[in-house]
Amino acid sequence: MIPFLLRRILHGMIVALGVTTVVFVVTRLIGDPVKVMLPLDSTEEQRAALAAKLGLDGSIWEQYQHFCIRLLHFDFGDSLWQGRSAADIVLERLPDTLSLVGTAIALAVLFALPMGLAAATRPGGHLDRLLVGLSLTGLSVPQFWLGLLLILLFAVQLHWLPTSGDESLRHLVLPAVSLALPSIGRLTIMVRSTAIDEINRAYVRTAEAKGLTFGRILGVHVMRNAANPIITMAGWEAIRMLAGYSVVVETVFSWPGVGFLAVQSIERRDLILLQASVFTVALMVVLLTLAIDIAYKVIDPRIKLS
Amino acid sequence: MNRNPLTEIAADLWRDKTGLFGLTVILLLIVLVVFGPVLAPHEPGAINLAARLKPPAWLDGGSWARPLGTDHLGRDVLSRMIIGARASLLVGASVTAIAGTFGSILGIIAGYFGRRVDSAIMRLVDTQVAFPGLLLAIIILAVVGPKLQTVIVVLCLNGWMVFARMARGIVLTVREAPYVEAAEVIGCHPIRVVWRHILPNLLAPMLTLAVLEFARVILAEAALSFLGVGVQPPDTSWGLDLATGKNYLFRAWWLVCFPGLAITVTVLGANLFANWLRIVADPHEREKLFAAAVVAEEGAAP
Repeated sequence: MIPFLLRRILHGMIVALGVTTVVFVVTRLIGDPVKVMLPLDSTEEQRAALAAKLGLDGSIWEQYQHFCIRLLHFDFGDSLWQGRSAADIVLERLPDTLSLVGTAIALAVLFALPMGLAAATRPGGHLDRLLVGLSLTGLSVPQFWLGLLLILLFAVQLHWLPTSGDESLRHLVLPAVSLALPSIGRLTIMVRSTAIDEINRAYVRTAEAKGLTFGRILGVHVMRNAANPIITMAGWEAIRMLAGYSVVVETVFSWPGVGFLAVQSIERRDLILLQASVFTVALMVVLLTLAIDIAYKVIDPRIKLS
Repeated sequence: MNRNPLTEIAADLWRDKTGLFGLTVILLLIVLVVFGPVLAPHEPGAINLAARLKPPAWLDGGSWARPLGTDHLGRDVLSRMIIGARASLLVGASVTAIAGTFGSILGIIAGYFGRRVDSAIMRLVDTQVAFPGLLLAIIILAVVGPKLQTVIVVLCLNGWMVFARMARGIVLTVREAPYVEAAEVIGCHPIRVVWRHILPNLLAPMLTLAVLEFARVILAEAALSFLGVGVQPPDTSWGLDLATGKNYLFRAWWLVCFPGLAITVTVLGANLFANWLRIVADPHEREKLFAAAVVAEEGAAP
């Protein structure tokens, strides 16, 4: 267990370093950050002043070292837009993103499990076709469009739910549903195929021969064996949300999470805040990957860790 | 029974109506892309402020001259959607082709040569898979400047790993097959072994994966354009039109509904087609289909 953990942590650190380097290279080499951050008609002196303030006047290699050392302290410098520590701003926004992604993934598993199992009981049957069709449709809908449609229906037409903000639990419903729908589709299909594979195994026949009800076999025997791929897949769905689609959904609903913050900092040309948000999300992704790997081992002791 | 493989595939497709729907959508889109400028009733960028925010034809105030209504500048929604299909398909097709070729080649190299080469390539894949792809795409596009070519490059950067993983997995299993060993024993050049004996096994599963990735890339391009870091005006794309439509959500629902519907139908079509392709290409699934067909025929015979 311990060597396995160390190896995974090392891998996580390599990933974090990789992301850091990409962010650094992109912001320093390809585009001149000072030019991006200042308006087009800024003077030479203004540019030089900002460069000095941001520590951009050394050599590229010095800048890179400086950048990495500050990251170790979770220090990105002051946000240009808000004039205070970018790390603080990101940390204020992080709970919003985590609660949104957490709710969405819970919703996805809650719906996908029964739907996938129901579809697997009679592959090729009417219910199966219906559920697979619905899942494929669900995973084909762009989340931002779904979000806008939900706003039109539930906020504008019916006045049931608010369109944006994060003041109450009611505000969470529409963004979480938009974010969850494609995951519900993918997870349902995954649960279905895993369950079909398991149902054809010998132990299911044994259980049936013992006279157990099909519901019990499905709920206890099959689920135990299918749990691992399903949990892994759910973890990957959470990563997928965190690493991209939450940005889009947060923007549609003005949900004040890290993703929306990243978009706002692009609009305000605040590269420091953008770096801080991207790095924080990358860190979350690395931690989540680690958690999935550990869960894998805890749930199924048969897995050899190598 | 007809034994011609092509007619058999066609008959198969006819039996599976969802797969047929998927293929129809894809073919229809290709027609739109090729003949778009001829088919579009108006110039997509033509501004007509006198006819701003006109609803679709079947509602009060709409006219059949502009079947799906107009946007905030009086531009024809239908024409913009027809032309907008080009951006989506161009990005989807080129990213799939480039990332697919690159990823497959690396995967084949990793699987065929094994050892150091394999672990080096797969390390890279593992590391890159763990990157927050879309977020990095957004930051790169925001800094470098959104251009169609940049969108393609950025999406390729986070799309090639799936192909490498899959190609490597298949090569690893096929490598052990007796006919591959035989070819190696009689002294075939590695390139010949890969080309003649290994590659044919890759074709069907990689094609299926490519169609699935095509669907994913279209969604990603729409999301990037929606956020304002993808396709830029005066060019059009479904995601971009959705972003402008968003500002008129409460007054002109059609600006949001139709482009979104176009994205959904396209992605759904690709997914359904891939689903059919997977079943047809997988020998195990084929057996089941065949058995089902035989049972159906025998049941109908007496």
